[in-house]
Amino acid sequence: MFKHYFEGIENVEIWPVISLIIFFLFFAGLLVYIFTIDKKYIRKMENMPLEDDEMETMSDQKMDIQ
Amino acid sequence: MQIEKFKYDNKIVKYFAFATIIWGAVGMLVGLIVAILMFYPHLFGGLHDGWNSFGRLRPLHTNAVIFAFVGNMIFAGIYYSVPRLLKTPMFSKFLGWVHFWGWQLIIVAAAITLPMGFTTSKEYAELEWPIDIMITLVWVVFGINLIWTILRRRERHMYVAIWFYIASWVTVAVLHIVNSFEYPISFLKSYSLFAGVQDALVQWWYGHNAVAFFLTTPFLGLMYYFLPKAANRPVYSYKLSIIHFWSLIFIYIWAGPHHLLYTALPGWAQSLGVVFSFMLIAPSWGGMLNGLLTLRGAWDKVREDPVLKFMVVAVTAYGMSTFEGPMLSFKNFNAVAHYTDYIIGHVHIGGLGWNGFLTFGILYWMIPRMWNTQLHSKKMANFHFWIGTLGIIFYALPLYAAFFVQSSMWFQFNEFGKLEYSNFLDTVTQIVPMYMFRAFGGTLYLTGVIVMIVNLIKTMVAGSFQSEEEAEAPALEKKKIIGGYWHSILERKPVMFTILSLIAILIGGIFELIPTFLIKSNVPTIASVKPYTPLELQGRDIYIREGCAYCHSQMIRPFRAEVLRYDPNDMEYSKAGEYVYDHPFLWGSKRTGPDLQREGGKYGNDWHYNHMYDPRSTSPGSIMPAYPWLYENTYDKSTTTAKISAMKAMGVPYSEGYEDQAQADADKQAQKIVDDLASKSINSHPDLEIVALIAYLQRLGTDIKVKENLTEKK
Repeated sequence: MFKHYFEGIENVEIWPVISLIIFFLFFAGLLVYIFTIDKKYIRKMENMPLEDDEMETMSDQKMDIQ
Repeated sequence: MQIEKFKYDNKIVKYFAFATIIWGAVGMLVGLIVAILMFYPHLFGGLHDGWNSFGRLRPLHTNAVIFAFVGNMIFAGIYYSVPRLLKTPMFSKFLGWVHFWGWQLIIVAAAITLPMGFTTSKEYAELEWPIDIMITLVWVVFGINLIWTILRRRERHMYVAIWFYIASWVTVAVLHIVNSFEYPISFLKSYSLFAGVQDALVQWWYGHNAVAFFLTTPFLGLMYYFLPKAANRPVYSYKLSIIHFWSLIFIYIWAGPHHLLYTALPGWAQSLGVVFSFMLIAPSWGGMLNGLLTLRGAWDKVREDPVLKFMVVAVTAYGMSTFEGPMLSFKNFNAVAHYTDYIIGHVHIGGLGWNGFLTFGILYWMIPRMWNTQLHSKKMANFHFWIGTLGIIFYALPLYAAFFVQSSMWFQFNEFGKLEYSNFLDTVTQIVPMYMFRAFGGTLYLTGVIVMIVNLIKTMVAGSFQSEEEAEAPALEKKKIIGGYWHSILERKPVMFTILSLIAILIGGIFELIPTFLIKSNVPTIASVKPYTPLELQGRDIYIREGCAYCHSQMIRPFRAEVLRYDPNDMEYSKAGEYVYDHPFLWGSKRTGPDLQREGGKYGNDWHYNHMYDPRSTSPGSIMPAYPWLYENTYDKSTTTAKISAMKAMGVPYSEGYEDQAQADADKQAQKIVDDLASKSINSHPDLEIVALIAYLQRLGTDIKVKENLTEKK
């Protein structure tokens, strides 16, 4: 069934492979990035919504937890 | 570094929040009305004008709660959080107001046109072409305001909530445009450019991703901002949120075909939908856990704070419905659950639980802050929380039970290999009590909303509205930052980020849709399937106008129980080739009544005539609405030529110049039906709408039978 509909497209077999590679590389890159990310940067980003009020108390609390 | 002073505008947030509350109450009230109509069709007594029938009110309900209630909440949340996260006011107050009033105008236009019967019949995309154009314009205005604000930010990096907003904006734009390719016939009537299988795939690619990118991703953005705010602690894992975002937008866009399992959609597309739907559970639950775990060490606050209570149930409901979604996408479970009330229960776990409760939580948090006061009554908010939660349970559980009962009955064979419940109506009367419970659940939920409205009004009266909030931040230095990991670079580059998320969703869309366009040449055509006659086409448009497709499918799946029930003589399931002239497709998504794909010739014209006038007269216990206005109104003959021409332009093979003789043919066919009715002592008139509708119903599925007769003759 699957084959039947795709037969009409030229070099159809290459497309799933290309998309798989794109997906895989992107997520592999994402994971590498996640594991090597700078802690300070993460701390800054995650506190961003809390910044306009009680910024200091928040980072203190975070310190306590860790 | 120079510190700059600026102001956050609360006024637009206030307006969007008011719109959320008002449209929410209206949309839910209409929901309650349609829920009552499902067990008590006489709700409006003798008042039958058409506008108040189930088929017209149901799209009003879905559009109101999705685009008016949830939509306005998204905008309220975005106009509140984006300036605060980026340390800058919104780019343009003027564009903000154009956005606000434009969106409300669209809602009003929908609230008027849908009950009048102007609909494309495509679920959640029912609005006709002029309103589609309005939506596009307002969406562009919103996008300019959003992107320009991001470009003028004082915060170098974009917080994860902003990513969700950007992806939602981009994707909704793409979905809306592709699914709205229509061929206008008149000011408020158009035909879908796609037909049959193609139309179905485009519609459910849209429909599923409307859930994804209107009901889910913008609300995830809101969750990532307001949940940490309310809990007063940062999100559990920012790293997880990065993975959550990219995997969710990558995978979601592929999952649409799970709405079309076992239909005439090609198998490869169905399988693709199943695989990606199953994968979706990972990012969805990643996001849910990220939300719930944000409360680690703060669960004591959840006991005290109604805002957090609402948010916890919202996130839990998100977890529940994103578990149900992949499960329902498995072909074996889908086979029994599709077309039943399970789906309605499932979407309301998401709608009432996730969207509703997150909205209430945010409103309870945001309104006291903007009015510079405390919430009027915690007790009332707690009451709202409990009655709302009970409402969700009373809503969903009876529908799960209804699914179990009805689906078992549909598939039950007796010892002779015949259907145990061959009369569809028997399976409906069994679940009518569940429909009553469901309406009770809805009443509880709506009661909670009314309590909230009182509570919020009292809060606003007690406080004083701060239309602007002063803020200050250092200007964003224009320096070239070199290095940093690629994702932190992305977070500094909003335009590139937007383009990348567009690519992410386009990959899924292209791989699903391009083969769809190629299918056209691959759908095995059936020689005996011919275009509709002009009268049938007019009747079909009445079928569309009255929303028949909301309760009647036209898709017999390849199961013994279904072919035996819906095509007992020929035992034929639905084939892709049967729909090649269906602009738009009318496969339906729910069977409150039986499938109609092979309805033609099953009953006499007189049966249909009596049935539509008073369904209880032919089918005692039926919950179908009566359509008395079809017996007074005449169909609009002036559109016949335009309709045939439009179909021809879209490739339906009517002969050259046929549009000129179309009306004469329609009159002839109508007269035949009228004569037949007269022979059964029924007086009617060839111009009546009911005659056109009967012509359409009697045509359904008969082309296949013609073919068989031919082969037999050979």
